Amino acid sequence: MGMTITEKILAAHAVKKQGAISQVLPGELIEADLDFILGNDITAPIAISEFKAIEKEKGRELEVFDKERVALVPDHFTPNKDVKSAEQCKMLRDFSRKKNIKYYFEIGKMGVEHALLPEQGLVLPGDCIIGADSHTCTYGALGAFSTGVGSTDLAAAMIRGKAWFKIPESIKFVYKGKLNKWVCGKDLILYTIGDIGVDGALYKSMEFCGDVISGLAISDRLTMCNMAIEAGGKNGIIEPDEKTLNYVKNIAKRDYKIYKSDPDAQYADIREYDVSKIKPQVAFPHLPSNTKPAADADNIQIDQVVIGSCTNGRLQDLEIAAGILKGHKIHPYVRLIILPATQKIYAAAMKKGLFDIFLESGGIISTPTCGPCLGGHMGVLAEGERCVSTTNRNFVGRMGHVKSEVYLASPAVAAASAIKGRITDPEEIKIK
Amino acid sequence: MKFKGKTWKYGDNVNTDEIIPARYLNTSDPKELAEHCMEDIDASFAKGIEKDDIIVAQENFGCGSSREHAPISIKEAGVSCIIANSFARIFYRNSINIGLPILECKEAVKDVDKGDILEVDLSAGTVLNLTKNKFYKSSPFPEFIQELISAGGLMKWVSKTLPPVKGE
Ligand code: SF4
Repeated sequence: MGMTITEKILAAHAVKKQGAISQVLPGELIEADLDFILGNDITAPIAISEFKAIEKEKGRELEVFDKERVALVPDHFTPNKDVKSAEQCKMLRDFSRKKNIKYYFEIGKMGVEHALLPEQGLVLPGDCIIGADSHTCTYGALGAFSTGVGSTDLAAAMIRGKAWFKIPESIKFVYKGKLNKWVCGKDLILYTIGDIGVDGALYKSMEFCGDVISGLAISDRLTMCNMAIEAGGKNGIIEPDEKTLNYVKNIAKRDYKIYKSDPDAQYADIREYDVSKIKPQVAFPHLPSNTKPAADADNIQIDQVVIGSCTNGRLQDLEIAAGILKGHKIHPYVRLIILPATQKIYAAAMKKGLFDIFLESGGIISTPTCGPCLGGHMGVLAEGERCVSTTNRNFVGRMGHVKSEVYLASPAVAAASAIKGRITDPEEIKIK
Repeated sequence: MKFKGKTWKYGDNVNTDEIIPARYLNTSDPKELAEHCMEDIDASFAKGIEKDDIIVAQENFGCGSSREHAPISIKEAGVSCIIANSFARIFYRNSINIGLPILECKEAVKDVDKGDILEVDLSAGTVLNLTKNKFYKSSPFPEFIQELISAGGLMKWVSKTLPPVKGE
């Protein structure tokens, strides 16, 4: 029987006493060998404490399963927001030094984890990856099985290099037609979540395909897989193609393998979208599924715009935003915060002159950090404030006060909204 | 494993930002986290919770981030068990991994009102609503999961499976 790409990767990584297994079925429980694991300054401290507890119990030091397959990225409350966050980051730093973990990323080298690891060639096609962060599903864009777990899973994986999984059913999402101007990966995924709901893919794999996906840049694909979790998905995945191979070829730190779904693979559902009907989208508070076209927003005044995050903080995102902001001033009542997602993106954006455009428009540029995305620092909202953000979550209180509001959108919609001071379709802005 | 307690009832899509807001994530101290448990959805929860109380919710409980702080804060607050129509998958994993009992049982959820007293038998997968005098049965966990729970969570299980020190 045919298998999906997700089933094939999991079968290839399944640990069975009788050797590798050739077939897995949805619902089956397996243990799988992991190619790469990660944690951040929120989730890793708990995992490290659990790791140490086992060391104490056993009365001996333990090594991590593979020093080159663990990444610890302090990105949520860094540069250290306060004493408590400093302590958490210090735990990561000390542990990494003690265990000789190769991929610990200090500020100056770091970035938001899900933008950083693909860029560093650490997550690759065919990999089986877990991360103690829900948006670990991002790496599916490169044709890997990658899913978010909790700290205890990370602790166990640091020791054993394995994790348990239930083989998920897959839903196939096929995108056809011609993309409208300004419509990008963010709009496609917001539209899709709006269609199926925040639990529309619960426990399932979301496989994105069709001509439109083949035409998308890796950056857009990463954005789409990043938000699979917002529909409850276990993972998002896109079959590797020439673009994928070009992307990883010069940066890959390890070997990788290409898997593709069989033509007769089984799907729980197949959904087709004619993208020519999709306009730039906005997810209204307080769920990512609460979407409508930006053009239909009824004069919604905003206080802040955030452009960045693991969803849309890559160079391409910043270029799109700069293209709209160029020669314009942002609305006097709006604060515009730009967060290049990694140090490398930061440097590239600066070299390309994007910073000049952002600064002249009235925006500010932050060092890479998750910061405002989770209401941490660098742009927390007050009561009643509204923010258009290129991030991935708009739950109650996500960016600050419980009575603040987050509207999720693409970099183009965010930039256009910053200029007008209200939610705006980019079509309204004159490109200079 | 049996639990008896009074219920707190919530709706669909209770998310991790509501269970434990990110502004408190600069610590992983269970006690501190428990003080803010459910704060953004029900400010009365952390003050009113009594030991062995049971949370009952509808679809997709625990959606959002992977923060284990969410089930940790619930467990530390004294909750004995969560019953929901469905759980978000990372929350589901995390609860099992830290040994916080959870159960999917639509019928029981439908009839529960806030304050009802429930008796839950996890190994049998049954729920008895003592207030309404009704009995419900849901499907038990897969074998491997039961193994993890009976070991006391994932780390206890890992510890058991670790090879002994040489010469031990
Ligand atoms: S940018 Fe936001 S969604 Fe992405 S890892 Fe950071 S906090 Fe999570």
